[in-house]
Amino acid sequence: MAGADAEADAEAGGTGTDGNGPREHGRRRFLTYLVAAPTLAVATSIGSESAAPSKARAAVPSPPAPADILDLGDVLILAGKPTSGLLVLKIDEEGTVHFRLPREEVGQGLTTAVAMLVAEELDTPLANVRVQLDDARPELLFNQLTGSSNSIRSLYGPVRHTAAAARARMVATAAREWDVRPEDLSVREGVVVGPGGRKASYASLTSAAAGERTEELSGELTATKPESDHSLVGVPTSRIDARAIVTGQQEYTLDLDVPGAKPAMVRRPPTLGGTVKSVRNEAQVRGMPGVLDVVAVETGVAVVAETFGQALDGKDALKVDWGRGTVDGLSDDGIRKKLRAATPPLVVPPVLTDHTDAEFDFAFVSHAPLESNSAVADVRGDRATIWSGLKSPIVAQQTIAAELGLPQEKVTVHVVQGGGSFGRRLFFDAALEAARISKKSRRPVRLMWSRIDDMRHGRMRPATHHKIRATHSLGNVISFEHRVAAVETDFRHGLGEILTANASKLPVAGNATLAQSLFLTTVKSPYNFGVTTQLLGEVPLRMPTASWRSVYSANTRGAEEIVVDELAEKMDKDPVEFRRSFLKSARQRAVLDKVAEDGEWGRKLPEGFAQGVGFHEEYKSRTACLVEIDARDPKEPRVTKAVIAVDVGRPVNPRGLEAQMLGGLTDAISTTLRAGLHIEDGLPLEGSYSQFHYARQNDSPRDVAVHVMPAEEGAEPGGAGELGVPAAVGAIANAYARATGTRPRSFPVNFDVDFDPFPR
Amino acid sequence: MPTHTFSVNGKSVTVDALDDMPLLWVLRDMLGVRGPKYGCGIDVCKACTSHLDGRAVNPCVVPVSEADGGDVTTIEGLADGDTLHPVQEAWLEEDVAQCGYCQPGQIMAAVALLRETKNPSDEDIDAIANVCRCGTYFRIREAIKKAASMMG
Ligand code: FES
Ligand code: FES
Repeated sequence: MAGADAEADAEAGGTGTDGNGPREHGRRRFLTYLVAAPTLAVATSIGSESAAPSKARAAVPSPPAPADILDLGDVLILAGKPTSGLLVLKIDEEGTVHFRLPREEVGQGLTTAVAMLVAEELDTPLANVRVQLDDARPELLFNQLTGSSNSIRSLYGPVRHTAAAARARMVATAAREWDVRPEDLSVREGVVVGPGGRKASYASLTSAAAGERTEELSGELTATKPESDHSLVGVPTSRIDARAIVTGQQEYTLDLDVPGAKPAMVRRPPTLGGTVKSVRNEAQVRGMPGVLDVVAVETGVAVVAETFGQALDGKDALKVDWGRGTVDGLSDDGIRKKLRAATPPLVVPPVLTDHTDAEFDFAFVSHAPLESNSAVADVRGDRATIWSGLKSPIVAQQTIAAELGLPQEKVTVHVVQGGGSFGRRLFFDAALEAARISKKSRRPVRLMWSRIDDMRHGRMRPATHHKIRATHSLGNVISFEHRVAAVETDFRHGLGEILTANASKLPVAGNATLAQSLFLTTVKSPYNFGVTTQLLGEVPLRMPTASWRSVYSANTRGAEEIVVDELAEKMDKDPVEFRRSFLKSARQRAVLDKVAEDGEWGRKLPEGFAQGVGFHEEYKSRTACLVEIDARDPKEPRVTKAVIAVDVGRPVNPRGLEAQMLGGLTDAISTTLRAGLHIEDGLPLEGSYSQFHYARQNDSPRDVAVHVMPAEEGAEPGGAGELGVPAAVGAIANAYARATGTRPRSFPVNFDVDFDPFPR
Repeated sequence: MPTHTFSVNGKSVTVDALDDMPLLWVLRDMLGVRGPKYGCGIDVCKACTSHLDGRAVNPCVVPVSEADGGDVTTIEGLADGDTLHPVQEAWLEEDVAQCGYCQPGQIMAAVALLRETKNPSDEDIDAIANVCRCGTYFRIREAIKKAASMMG
């Protein structure tokens, strides 16, 4: 497949630096600077610098994997500013290290992992490192997007080079003051130690180490520690914000104290994308207790009040005449018909060999982060300030500036730690809406979406339909075809721009083709199944969609893992043995073996219970999942046990990685067994967690083990945020099938409307 | 406008609010106590879980008048100065939190459970209905068991 070539080419590129040139890290290079500042500050360019434009490929071999996009030297060459987009690290006079992270933290543990990398290279205690989320920095261009499991992959090199440069500068400063050679000094716990036990803390050295002018540092001064010397990176470490969280001090968007900002909530239309025609009782609502203002915006009618309780009462009391929405009258049946019609045809005729055919349906799924869409906006005549949990703050800033008619630099966008995302916060719907309300109401506002609205009008994972055909003969799988149809996924949050900005060099045009490219390069089969083809067809419905943790892979690879089990059965093989014999590499087999062994694969279970297994590989990482399910009541199944093995090449924080796998498992339990959205007459019916059925404690296994495989010699960290879902989807579906003697084809498997929908 | 007097985390407060205003908004918007989180407003997600006179309640559906003369404890009032409650300690040891948004509610629910049931069974823990969208349930379970043993 084309994506594999792009990878191979990227791996092969970028060799041959001289000692003083840009440092090479794997296939990426970085430039590091000493920055003019009162105390020590160093900076490294993010992304990559190709050695020279002449060395860059004339054309990007078709289409790059999204996770590799930020690695493309070509993108930054096009950006044309080699010193733009710097990661800055400062050390203050208390010896505290400050690092501004141009990414979003939403629970995935990025701030902790980055703090660990900094502490490791600086040989300073983790507690001395502060990581702050950066405001939107347009000069970072494409380098401030949090997604595609790419953050650690893209930051692993630059963060370490920055910290290594700071350490080298501290050591050099101490050496100069003591008149000794830097090689004779060491650093322990943020203190430089010299011959005869002389000591100088970073705090004491930072002013003397400071730069008077900004200058590029030689590669030697930014060389990172050999990974074999790591004493913190790779060690299970607790979150740096854990104490703030358990004491209630961690601030999310609506916990911020923005002077004068008033609570605002929006009454939304009865169907997706519906428009406001007129408000019938504005005067009455304005007269309600605490209500300060009622303003119509593109997405509904906002009520601004002294408290959220009052804003909520006000918006519920509104009587609005609504215009048509974008998919009025459309319901699940109609969508499913469109999806079937849009599924690309299978081409291998099933006549010459044995074959296995299967079709699958997956429902829409809400991201449903526990912190609903929210933002604070303070829009004035000549400037605006926004606070929100944003994974693509630059695109948010550009869009909001255009909307308000302000120059981009007059819009300050603060990125706030988010209460979950799962893909949702790639979009900035709340930030844009809050800006509109603040402008119209001429006051700062704190906008909160109600849960009902967040679930019904917030973005969702598109429904999909799948056709799979595998042909086999004489113990081999000869062909494996997978055709997918999905309701169009909106990628207009920056990732799309990253590709389309380079459209002349990339074979993409428009969102449909872009989706194809993303599909083709994120979905791949880990098995030697002969001729393997995977294709996507999209149904362009105007519904609020967004990629959901693991984008296409949860459904696509989940469905494939089900077919793998069915193939094994047809060919009279054990599912684990079958996978072993068709996987492509020893490291793939190692995670599978690990769960089979630790999970006692094949152990006897009572009637109604069963085991199931699944495997998945993406973003240079791989995982296997083994579950046991209690499906004695097929309507109320419960996963009772899960064993997961994960190999990310080089784990930075195994404890955080385990948490990511646990989260992926819970997502898979939810979406495979019970959680989904029904669309009826242009709107999801579900409006609360009890209706959406996201798993709770009593749906979760009481026994979970996650095994993090040791680092691989020379490997860099692979992606981890999305990895856990697809293998677990496969394992759970396979266990359910075995326990109930059924072949599940539609997900979630138990998907009744067992509630009275809220009024529209 | 009626006046309501009650205590929040050991301090007496008085607010002017209609009797039926949910306690959650009195805490968050009038008193600036923002540990209890909004997740649904209808007693489903339990993100707002706090204590009223030692019992776990969901202030999004408790009218402020019900708090009159009572003692409200939120996550902010759980620790004794710098000394964390054993449940908070257990949460740190198990590194339970991911995004953390549900965790004030989870912790307050766990404290209430342990107050009634010294050694909760798996079934007792299953009965905690607080949603964790990040899926930290297994670590929550382990942390509750750890806290139970720490509280001996
Ligand atoms: S906000 Fe109170 S239960 Fe959800
Ligand atoms: S930690 Fe994110 S919702 Fe529980």
